[in-house]
Amino acid sequence: MEHMTYHYAVDKRATGTRLLAIVGVVASGNLEVLVERVLADKDCEVVVNTAVSGFGDVWEAVVGDFIERTSAGGLRMSINDGGARPDMVSLRLAQAVASIAEDA
Amino acid sequence: MSNWDANRSNKASRIEAAAAHAHGKVVAAADTTRLLQAVIRPGDRVCLEGDNQKQADLLAKALAAADNQVLHGLHMVQSGVVLPEHLDVFDRGIASHLDFAYSGPQAQRIAQMLSAGKITLGAIHTYLELFARYFIDLTPNVALIVAVSADRDGNLYTGANTEDTPTVVEATAFKNGVVVAQVDSIVDHLPRIDIPGDQVDFVVDAQRPFYVEPLFTRDPAAITESQILTAMLAIKGIYARYGITRLNHGIGFSTAAIELLLPTFGERLGLKHRIATHWALNPHPTLIPAIESGWVKQIHSFGSEVGMDDYIRARPDIFFTGSDGSLRSNRAFCQTAGLYACDMFIGSTLQIDLNGNSSTVTANRVAGFGGAPNMGSDARGRRHPSGPWLQAGSEADTDSSPMLRRGRKLVVQIGETFGDKNLPLFVEKLDALQLAEKLKLPLAPVMIYGDDVTHIVTEEGIANLLLCRTQDEREQAIRGVAGYTDVGRRKDRKMVAELRSRGIIQRPEDLGIAALDADRRMLAARSIRDLARWSGGLYQPPSRFRNW
Repeated sequence: MEHMTYHYAVDKRATGTRLLAIVGVVASGNLEVLVERVLADKDCEVVVNTAVSGFGDVWEAVVGDFIERTSAGGLRMSINDGGARPDMVSLRLAQAVASIAEDA
Repeated sequence: MSNWDANRSNKASRIEAAAAHAHGKVVAAADTTRLLQAVIRPGDRVCLEGDNQKQADLLAKALAAADNQVLHGLHMVQSGVVLPEHLDVFDRGIASHLDFAYSGPQAQRIAQMLSAGKITLGAIHTYLELFARYFIDLTPNVALIVAVSADRDGNLYTGANTEDTPTVVEATAFKNGVVVAQVDSIVDHLPRIDIPGDQVDFVVDAQRPFYVEPLFTRDPAAITESQILTAMLAIKGIYARYGITRLNHGIGFSTAAIELLLPTFGERLGLKHRIATHWALNPHPTLIPAIESGWVKQIHSFGSEVGMDDYIRARPDIFFTGSDGSLRSNRAFCQTAGLYACDMFIGSTLQIDLNGNSSTVTANRVAGFGGAPNMGSDARGRRHPSGPWLQAGSEADTDSSPMLRRGRKLVVQIGETFGDKNLPLFVEKLDALQLAEKLKLPLAPVMIYGDDVTHIVTEEGIANLLLCRTQDEREQAIRGVAGYTDVGRRKDRKMVAELRSRGIIQRPEDLGIAALDADRRMLAARSIRDLARWSGGLYQPPSRFRNW
């Protein structure tokens, strides 16, 4: 099991008012993302728990690119990864943010 | 005095030697090896029928069981190296030399045997190329073929899976070769005659069906959201942009996703009757919803597909069928159709390099080519114009006079940046090169050459290689859709941004598609059971695809 935590200072608060959302499943080639609205408006944190070691630089690139093109201020995203490919990671992160962006 | 008739008298002596093992033309299954030992001579060129679909499996077993004191040094010329017996004949010394086109399940063993020197390789061909050589320098002395049924005169009914049989028989029978067919049964009246009896010397009564692989069946349940996204990009960014009506799809989940999105996403874009109407394609079960929704005008097929026979019979306006109502497929004609009469080929691959060359060979597997390189290449002999062909030609060459400019076939590679087992689709150097060095091949086995590829589609977007003007632009266009693979992460960000501004790279958002739109609910069928339901119960999936 490998754990990584990434902190970002961002410009925009995530829209919507929901406090918590969860998307995906922990399965082979898939992942689960728990997203919580718990941080200050200009902070964002991504925590990765993965069964597959040695892909730290890929995670950093995928997550970094995602944060750059999304408004994710105030969110902590916790990932439980089952060996998902980068395209699946980007998709689940987008689904998680879209899901919490809805009004409660 | 020259003897101009040596082949005919040679054939007569073989037939005479074999007569003891037959009743007229009919041979009992138990006598097959003895028959083959009588009609084949050491050093003969033998065509053992079998491709990526049907197999002359009884004849393959019988040949592999031959006495290697009697039969040795054979030169096998065959479409597919698929059954274990196809390689057992080399292990046992019955055969020594091989020319072939495709090897799916035996890809690893064939690599080992080549490397151990047990097989002398002529070349790896495409189907059409190997068929062509049957008429020039690889004409079989003996052909061992397969059909559904025969009558006592040797007339054959090949059924829906006619495939390579007419081509193999043509090359053998009309050059005084011996033709032996295995058939499921001997009957008094055939449903139709696919091969006339005067071209067939012996029929072996197998008393059981020959083997067919359901190679073109893809379970919609296994299609991922990324494949759906990639399929949406292809439909909107390529099919719609060029107005592709005549096409071929390769095997794979990405193209299966496209087939299942036509009646949903395609319909919403107003593309019905404007794209994907005329096909060179096996009867893919995943095309059923599009056919039932009135998208498809007609389909010509290389072979059939297990479970599709009743559905095809009920849709003769769509498929080519015989007087008996069943499908008539023909690999040579369909390959020719894919080469000359289609404006687009789209298919998946295992590796793509920085020039756009692609290969399904890995360091330990010699997978062969099959038909993809025929479909996936620009036909330099083509002369008839069409909208997509002219448009692609004008994108590639803006300088020449339109009246003298060649069109271009669209050759599209589609896939996810990371494939099976998380292996990257994009590589700096193809494994095929390493394999060629190891086996001392004069040529690396490249499935589709980069100069034939016009577009690469991944979940990251579409790279239009027709619009690239320099080698550098081409490389960066490929890196630009390679995502988080090493190749993708080494892209020149500034140059990729510039290529995007020129429309050479199109991201999903440039086409008005959001990743979140890619939802499995968009698939017209989400399971094999859905496909059976769409067909009104006419499609009968093989048991391995049934879970109800």
